[in-house]
Amino acid sequence: MSAPSDLPLPSGGFCGRSLACRRGERLVFARLSFCVPAGGALVLAGPNGSGKSSLLRLMAGLTPPESGDLLWDGTPIAEDRAAHRARLCFIGHQEAVKPVLTVAETLAFWAGMQGDSRGVEAALARFRLAPLARSPCRLLSAGQRRRLALARLVASPAPLWLLDEPATGLDAEAQADLAAVIAEHRRNGGRVVLSTHTPLAIENAMPLSLLDFAPRRAA
Amino acid sequence: MSAFRRLVARDLRLALRQGGDAATVVAFFVLTVVLFPFGVGPEAALLARIAAGIVWVTALLAALLSLERIFQADYEDGSLEALALMPLPLEAQVLAKCLAHWLVTGLPLTLVAPLLALLLHLDAAGYPALLLGMALGTPTLSLIGAIGAALSLGARRGGVLLSLLVLPLYIPVLIFGVAAIEAAIGGFPARPHLLLLGALLAAALPLAPLAAAAALRQALE
Repeated sequence: MSAPSDLPLPSGGFCGRSLACRRGERLVFARLSFCVPAGGALVLAGPNGSGKSSLLRLMAGLTPPESGDLLWDGTPIAEDRAAHRARLCFIGHQEAVKPVLTVAETLAFWAGMQGDSRGVEAALARFRLAPLARSPCRLLSAGQRRRLALARLVASPAPLWLLDEPATGLDAEAQADLAAVIAEHRRNGGRVVLSTHTPLAIENAMPLSLLDFAPRRAA
Repeated sequence: MSAFRRLVARDLRLALRQGGDAATVVAFFVLTVVLFPFGVGPEAALLARIAAGIVWVTALLAALLSLERIFQADYEDGSLEALALMPLPLEAQVLAKCLAHWLVTGLPLTLVAPLLALLLHLDAAGYPALLLGMALGTPTLSLIGAIGAALSLGARRGGVLLSLLVLPLYIPVLIFGVAAIEAAIGGFPARPHLLLLGALLAAALPLAPLAAAAALRQALE
């Protein structure tokens, strides 16, 4: 299946070509194409169940697409999954936080698994978690847990960020922190794909409405 | 620190902080073995004859008790999803988690087993075969168990399903573990049985992580 001709598909960047996704029996979206250039931000919009999370999981490589390709600089990611895992940071709905580990231990573990734990202190400071560094995570509020999950983005830099509702539970100050971190990431040539129901201050964001790609019912 | 060692260290730290994990398994092992003299009577000759079987069967059940923890908590709090996206291959991560699981369950079981055998009047000639057999067999239990734990993720009543999946696969380890002790007591060499236990471990080391990682990917889709 070829991509719709009205969408330019440059070879650079992180692109999807006529992707389709099936969850169980249901086709969630079809013929979806996108391209995120260096420094770009793609903001997914659409009502609950329109496939925002499915698309992000598909971009991360957690689920294979029903059809279509995902490309990084023109190379299908299916050809080198390890390279794709090394360049992305995915923050899903769940924070992946253990109640018995401290805030600093949690972040150091995830950053170390990514291969670089030098940025842990800076990341904690960036999301105002430094005073809580030695507290066990069971004492954190929902918003603080969210900030700890987001701190992984800063602790070990990855060129591609995939964020599923990153602002859920964040107060205004933390939302501003998140927007600033995203802006800085993009200034350095990083790419972001995120879904949000909370308006975040993201400049020059490219909107992508999942409803445009809802499969047509058999007429 | 490499990502592999980091994951082992994190799982060990979780097990120690949550406490109870290793202690529960060992306590179950000790209590269940101690029940046998009450059940079959304290006659030394009878206990000595069934000691090898009792210790091994109970060790299998104790190991089974702890399997669900290998992946379940990580699956529920989203850690497994994040781990699957880390650069370290999922197969290597499964191996790391099995190693951590063995260190907090299989190793303590191996160390306690001779004491329990003493309680059951096991013949002195059987102790080396018991210790060596447990040392070779319990890692296989963790590895095979990881396949079952990965397959039963997300299933309702996963614990029961896990036992049904895993117990039949434990039978070879049980047969050769007990046979090694019986052979040593009977004056035959235990070596062939121990070598077979080693072969089971050598086969499980590469195959179990492959199978478990495939099951985990399926669970995460």
